[in-house]
Amino acid sequence: MSTTMNVNGKAVTARSEPDTPLLWVIRDELGLSGTKFGCGAALCGACTVHVNGQPVRSCQTPVASVAGKKVATVESLSKNNSHPLQKAWIKHDVPQCGYCQSGQLMSAAALLTKNKNPSDADIDAAMSGNICRCGTYPRIKAAIKDAAATMRKTV
Amino acid sequence: MSTNQTSRRDFLKTTTLATGGLLMGFALPGAKIEAQAAGTVYTPNAWVHIADDNTITLISARSEMGQGVYTSMPMLIAEELNVDIKQIKVDIAPPAAVYVNALLGAQITGGSTSVRDGWEKLRVGGAQVREMLITAAANQWAVDRDLLKAENGMVLGPKGRKATYGELAAAAATLPVPEKVALKDPKDFKIVGKRVKRLDTPAKVNGTAEFGIDVKLPGMVYASLEQCPVIGGTVKSFDAAKAKGMPGVIDVVQISDGVAVVADSYWHAVKARQALSVVWDEGAGAALDHNKVLASTRAAADSGKVLPIVKPTGNVADAMKGAAKVIKAEYITPMQAHAPLEPMNFTASFENGKILLIGPTQFQQGAHGAVAGALGLKPEDVTLKTTFLGGGFGRRLELDFVIQAAQISKAVGKPVKLLWTREDDMTHDYYRPLGLNQLQAGLDAKGMPVALSHKVTSQSITQRAFGLPKETLDPFMAEAAVGPYAIANTQHDLVIHDSGMRVGYWRAVSHNMNAFANESFMDELAASAGKDPYQYRMALLKDKPRFARVLKLAADKAGWGKPLPKGRALGIALMEGYDTYMAQVAEVSVKDGVVKVHRVTVAADLGRMVNPDTVEAQIQSSIVFGMSAGLMQEITLDKGRVQQTNYNNYPVVRMHESPKIDIVLVPSKEKPGGIGEPATALVVPAIANAVAAATGKRVRKLPLTPEAIRAA
Repeated sequence: MSTTMNVNGKAVTARSEPDTPLLWVIRDELGLSGTKFGCGAALCGACTVHVNGQPVRSCQTPVASVAGKKVATVESLSKNNSHPLQKAWIKHDVPQCGYCQSGQLMSAAALLTKNKNPSDADIDAAMSGNICRCGTYPRIKAAIKDAAATMRKTV
Repeated sequence: MSTNQTSRRDFLKTTTLATGGLLMGFALPGAKIEAQAAGTVYTPNAWVHIADDNTITLISARSEMGQGVYTSMPMLIAEELNVDIKQIKVDIAPPAAVYVNALLGAQITGGSTSVRDGWEKLRVGGAQVREMLITAAANQWAVDRDLLKAENGMVLGPKGRKATYGELAAAAATLPVPEKVALKDPKDFKIVGKRVKRLDTPAKVNGTAEFGIDVKLPGMVYASLEQCPVIGGTVKSFDAAKAKGMPGVIDVVQISDGVAVVADSYWHAVKARQALSVVWDEGAGAALDHNKVLASTRAAADSGKVLPIVKPTGNVADAMKGAAKVIKAEYITPMQAHAPLEPMNFTASFENGKILLIGPTQFQQGAHGAVAGALGLKPEDVTLKTTFLGGGFGRRLELDFVIQAAQISKAVGKPVKLLWTREDDMTHDYYRPLGLNQLQAGLDAKGMPVALSHKVTSQSITQRAFGLPKETLDPFMAEAAVGPYAIANTQHDLVIHDSGMRVGYWRAVSHNMNAFANESFMDELAASAGKDPYQYRMALLKDKPRFARVLKLAADKAGWGKPLPKGRALGIALMEGYDTYMAQVAEVSVKDGVVKVHRVTVAADLGRMVNPDTVEAQIQSSIVFGMSAGLMQEITLDKGRVQQTNYNNYPVVRMHESPKIDIVLVPSKEKPGGIGEPATALVVPAIANAVAAATGKRVRKLPLTPEAIRAA
């Protein structure tokens, strides 16, 4: 009844039942509370994490399905806000209530991994699964472009 | 309805109504905040804590729910205390009388009041402590205090003498708080009015910001609560045998609002809840649906008691008779849910007759008092701590989820985190009430209005929440009902109707209904007169310079009257709300009934600003929030059950639907206005007017869905 996986670079074994959503394993069993619960139905994106580099909604991902895979949460970006996306989020003062921002950052990180120069349409397509009830979209878009520019320079 | 209703009224008794705010007397339980030393932290007054390691903590008496008070409140204190805003820490205040919001009469975060309430009070708070620190240094150094000054966290004296605030804090905290202090001339402000980076952003980009859902206590267990599908219904009986046999389940307990499953994890609690079998007494609410809400509201508009919103001017009846043309219209704004992204939750720990409450609330004093009332505890035995709020919008003014957590913790004798599902949240809200606005205007031969009557019929939230006496004008229903336009004969009335819905304050409250109606109607009058809606409004604003100025600024910035891309049209709207004067121009296109908002231009005059960047953020936020309501959202009921359950059937604007937003802020020395809400209300008529310009179709019942536009 246990699942072994790699979370943020560390091998972990989760005891939760195999059908438990990855979200609750991450939050309640592993104690990584940056990943948020918003809808429980893959509609809002607050729970977005990466599984083998792909953005997934962890509220709809049974933990058994990530056995042997690499999971990355918002905590993996950096603790000291040194990731280009975190820096850009701070520069543009993106968050308001902040509740959705872990999911926004992880969707943005997945986008920039494969596209270092996203157009407005690319950003819309990658980010439309993430709701921000505070309406920080204009700043998210500006921050993604800013971070992309930084990442292009440093590559 | 449930226990919290009565408890809340016990602690909050309406005593006076004043324009623009509700003043309430209350018996405040709990802590006294005064100069006292707690360990090595000194509190010269309620706003400033200084540790002798020179850590300075400034207190925000308002909850941070995205609107930026975690930064703007300390900015006001720091301006007079003369400390670097980047070097301070922030705490959210516990419930206490000193932290009451004078504009609302209670310790409440809402009504776009935080800056308006704190503008002078917080600067005085900072200045008091600055003066106490100077006096402490003068005493220690035996020099005339006039020779000393406080700068950047240090008191400086003659011959290079200096001491940090931390070094002086112990002595300063024993001094009397000065009653009169000099405040800076605003032209000398170093922090207030500047674009200061939010102090909460770093924690909100690496997952460390603590929201209610993140609270952890030793030995904590998790609860999921089954409530009656009809709000107000009660438990007749329940069978928990199956649920109790599920993995991780610790207990199943009945509380006032339903049956709670308590387990060793949230997921275990939610899964076991699905195995519960509850028989409900659904109560009177089971007969309710949205059509009945509208029908009974319309009937009340015809026969209910009429309360004048303001004194009528001239003689409306005679002026209508003498008018060249009479225009009538009726506007309907539907019920709405708040749907903040963090579902309702609270953590409670009941032990030895005392309770600790930790979570997201906009109403510290209410939560504290209601739990004391519901559990029969002495006020001093209730401790409340406020986390970050994952959105508020008015939903977290309510106390249902706080009382529930407290009752569950008491029942199981353990620390409990209660967390609702999204479906619980959507179907057990305190909904924005339906609004019915009926307007009539008499126009002269040139098409200009000579008479206007406006009747607002809706439900009073203040009656439910704060016991406002019946047949008394509820100021939170009459906001922006009176427009700025020069019309000789006017009458504005309110009819209060209890539809049976459980209603709550929703971002911008009645501005939403009243601005939609007024500003749609102005466009209808202009169209009837064959005039440009911008020029038509401007002609009626000769003695209203603040209105006229924002209207012109928005129109100019949006390119009013200039050629537009094919298929695009502009709509304009104007309003004062929360002492803020605002105009918006929406640029839209409509294809197959689907409205695309390309750009929204906003001009706002909100007097003096604390943090202009936050002002812009709040305007951006309000526009997206208002667009969701104006274009997409509506709460409907069947047999008393709310039919919207999640973000699929209660959609919100997403990034690809979010418009370009251009903002013009008017430099102003007027007193500060509120900015958390007005743009939410005003964007809706701006869009409705643009849709009418684009399609020739006037939608008078929101939301502006393809179906509504086709049917218009």
